[in-house]
Amino acid sequence: MPVIDTFHDEETLTLTIVAEFAAPLERVWEVYADPRQLEQIWGPPTYPATVVDHSLAPGGRVTYYMTSPEGEKFCGLWELTAVDRPTRLEFRDYFADEDFTVVESMPGSSCVYRFEATETGTRATYESVFDSVEGLRTVLEMGVIEGSTGAINQIDGLLARSGTVNRANSQPSELA
Amino acid sequence: MKAVLDDEVDALFQALADRTRRDIVRRVTGEGLSVSDLAAGYDMSFAAVQKHVAVLERAGLVTKRRVGKRQIAHAEVGPLRTIRSMLAELEDQWVERVQRIDDLLAGDEQAGS
Repeated sequence: MPVIDTFHDEETLTLTIVAEFAAPLERVWEVYADPRQLEQIWGPPTYPATVVDHSLAPGGRVTYYMTSPEGEKFCGLWELTAVDRPTRLEFRDYFADEDFTVVESMPGSSCVYRFEATETGTRATYESVFDSVEGLRTVLEMGVIEGSTGAINQIDGLLARSGTVNRANSQPSELA
Repeated sequence: MKAVLDDEVDALFQALADRTRRDIVRRVTGEGLSVSDLAAGYDMSFAAVQKHVAVLERAGLVTKRRVGKRQIAHAEVGPLRTIRSMLAELEDQWVERVQRIDDLLAGDEQAGS
């Protein structure tokens, strides 16, 4: 089971996920370098992903679509900006139409994936920065997500405590 | 989630993008506070604090009630939950993806590759 740490930054619409895998760096990189493996992990079983083009090099593109249970296709593409095998992958993730043309009206996101070798395997840090709230919402509205009540309970706890927060020490992150 | 209009969400994020405004929300959560009491806690004019409260009101994060001569500000938790749940849902999506990577890597051992 990977160890997972997550950070939200509500001001910059950034989500950072840290995971640790019990596999060597090169093996984890292969998940992204092999389109057949990438499509296994990109979408959930209910929205299987199919990778079409796959050029993992700066200036290259990875195009994919996800198929909903009703058979509806959601297309997307990556435009690679930096590829540093096997430690770093940077790309812009866009929504696309069925011809894999970027839908300019839909906000995208910038992603930076970093991988480093650890004593037990590999630590991966995934950072996604959304262009706008709308972009964040669109990703959610693809229906790919199971709802979570945990987050609501978490904020209830946060809000219940915040009445007693010492202002002098309050950090912006308390609401983030 | 879909019921929330984009404009509302944008207003929320803009309202919370300011440190003083986040602090105000924290201070008026639970027990309300009068705007003058709020203003006493910051190195800025009463008018400036009033403006911050107005931005929070427009975003739906704070409501004001008149009690006698005083205006008492209260935090509204609903909009905060919206933002949190958006990021949290996305996080869930990622947690699942990480789990799938883990399963894929674990499959190597079983396949003996």
